[in-house]
Amino acid sequence: MDSLYTVIFYVFSFISVYVQIFFLVTFFDKRRHIKWSPNNIELSSYPTITIAVPVYNEESTIIKTVESLLALDYPKDKLKIFIVDDGSKDNTWNVVQEFKDNPNIVLLQKENGGKHTAINLALEKSDSEFFGCLDSDSFVHNQTLKRIMRYFENDPRNMAVIPSVLSHDPKNIIQNAQKVEYDMGVYIKKMLGLIGGIQVTPGPLSTFRKKVFDDLGPYKKAHNTEDQEIALRMQEHGYKIDYCPDAYVYTNTPNSIIKLYRQRLRWIYGFIKNLVDYRHLLFRKKYGTVALFTLPTGLISILGIVFVFFTLIYNFIKFTYIKIIQIQTIGFNNFFSLNYKFDWFFINTRAMLFLSIILYILVIVSVMIGRKMSTGKANFSLSIIYFSIIYSVIAPFWMLRAIYNSLISKESSWTFERRVTPNN
Amino acid sequence: MNQHEPNDWKKYIIVLFITSTIFVAGLWIANYFNNKKIDQLKSIEDKISLDLMSSETQFSLLQELSCKDVSSTVLSSELNSLAEKISYSETNLGNNDSNVVSLKRYYSLLEIKDYLLMKKITERCGQKSIFILYFYKNDKCDDCTKQGYVLTSLKEKYPDLRVYSFDYNLDLSAIRAMTSIYKVPDNLPAIVINGKVYSGFQTIEEIEKTFPQLETIKVPEVPKSKTGATSTKVKTTAPTTTQSAN
Repeated sequence: MDSLYTVIFYVFSFISVYVQIFFLVTFFDKRRHIKWSPNNIELSSYPTITIAVPVYNEESTIIKTVESLLALDYPKDKLKIFIVDDGSKDNTWNVVQEFKDNPNIVLLQKENGGKHTAINLALEKSDSEFFGCLDSDSFVHNQTLKRIMRYFENDPRNMAVIPSVLSHDPKNIIQNAQKVEYDMGVYIKKMLGLIGGIQVTPGPLSTFRKKVFDDLGPYKKAHNTEDQEIALRMQEHGYKIDYCPDAYVYTNTPNSIIKLYRQRLRWIYGFIKNLVDYRHLLFRKKYGTVALFTLPTGLISILGIVFVFFTLIYNFIKFTYIKIIQIQTIGFNNFFSLNYKFDWFFINTRAMLFLSIILYILVIVSVMIGRKMSTGKANFSLSIIYFSIIYSVIAPFWMLRAIYNSLISKESSWTFERRVTPNN
Repeated sequence: MNQHEPNDWKKYIIVLFITSTIFVAGLWIANYFNNKKIDQLKSIEDKISLDLMSSETQFSLLQELSCKDVSSTVLSSELNSLAEKISYSETNLGNNDSNVVSLKRYYSLLEIKDYLLMKKITERCGQKSIFILYFYKNDKCDDCTKQGYVLTSLKEKYPDLRVYSFDYNLDLSAIRAMTSIYKVPDNLPAIVINGKVYSGFQTIEEIEKTFPQLETIKVPEVPKSKTGATSTKVKTTAPTTTQSAN
């Protein structure tokens, strides 16, 4: 039992170290290619673009989202904003009437059909050369669109460009922990972008050449993670997806454990189901990095977190069991005995410990590089500690539930998330 | 246009190489420290062995040695702390690690020597020491774990109680000789108190009841810290356990 555990531990930690080193090597290899935008970019041309904002019960955030889009530094005659109300039950439709006379904004209302149907409606009505989609809980930086469009201008092979999604104004521990994850995401996604390994074009303002949808068809329901499916479909057809680290989009992150749990359950469930749908990509070298690296390691990291979780539970039960036996046998005599003398001999020097420390350092390095890339400063903060605690204790629950749900095919929907959390 | 970036096989290999190097380094560091620990244990054993031999020699040389001097040579606390360390190494390196097995053999021999010497001293000097020989095994013996707790607890209560623990399955002729002398059955745990063998789990109360003379060596309740100084806790970690004490 112990030796089986050791073998599994070594396999997981080897792969985890491999993944981190892979990103670091990519970073040192490609860092010259990470281009930062100058302050006042002028593009040689400004193509037309439609940004769809699908909304469901978001009366409280939608105005701010749309206002941030209106403030974008981009020629107004080239930018169309489609607000699609996916049958909201709250006051959203009335709230957005404020924009009905704005020439840049088109208001659309439809029966509730899920996020992908809302975006597809906008897609149908759009005749722009480019198409973007912005979740209604996110806000854009005013230079973001120009910076994204510069990526398209500089590399005609880019078929989609995804921005840096950052956590908007994190307040509590849960949000600060997520901020660490988003910061690390900036680095990880940029690295994946440089080597063709991006597996998701997230809701906050991923931008596509319209040709992508003309060639490959509209969004699909895709287990309520249409943003993962479209990225995999693009990878399947060899359409390049790049990442623009200084195109900032700020998103409201879930502010409680239960909301975070629901969001992640949907993401991980979607990841697993989409992975199953696109399993023909796995390990096929013609599909590149996404097939050889991103998808396999994504799956392994889910299993790894579950493994760590069971290890914690096993150790906890074992400890409790020993204590119970001890109490049953000799009462509370030695229960609180504190006559331990410090001796370096009893410091754990197992290889597992050293490997865990190395892995932990590598993760911290990733967070620092991500921070450096997104904000220019690589400062260490306590939130890295919350991050590791929250993610190792709570993440396994959504991972396990997602695995369970995918086995029985139980979906967690976009509207479900919003029904319970109408303001987010 | 619909072409993926070419796969960078060289990078996959380089990363594999770096990762393997890190792994080997991690294993090497762990091994380095573990060897240091084993060396430390060996040197403790050598020191105890030397001290024991010196006591024995002293004892043989000076037949009229005053009992006061003898008791100061008793090495119980050193043997105790060695037991804890061996037990810890056993959990960390495994029961079958050749270094651990050889350390345990050496330790068992030291225990036997200490036992024999202490018995002589006790007889000569009329001390009230009580000796418990404790036989256990590591595999599939939950009662052995419990017996370990009981003996630890008893030792705290009666610091002059001397507990010597032996791994029944350890390949050592001296242990086999003891088990045959005292007719220790393989129904473990088994304890031998003043020459009589009791097999199966014994609670604190049972042992106290069987041996009312324990009362005579009971430590006064008050000075708790002093108790801690003379008796060291028997480290017991279920399910792989070395219940070892002196």
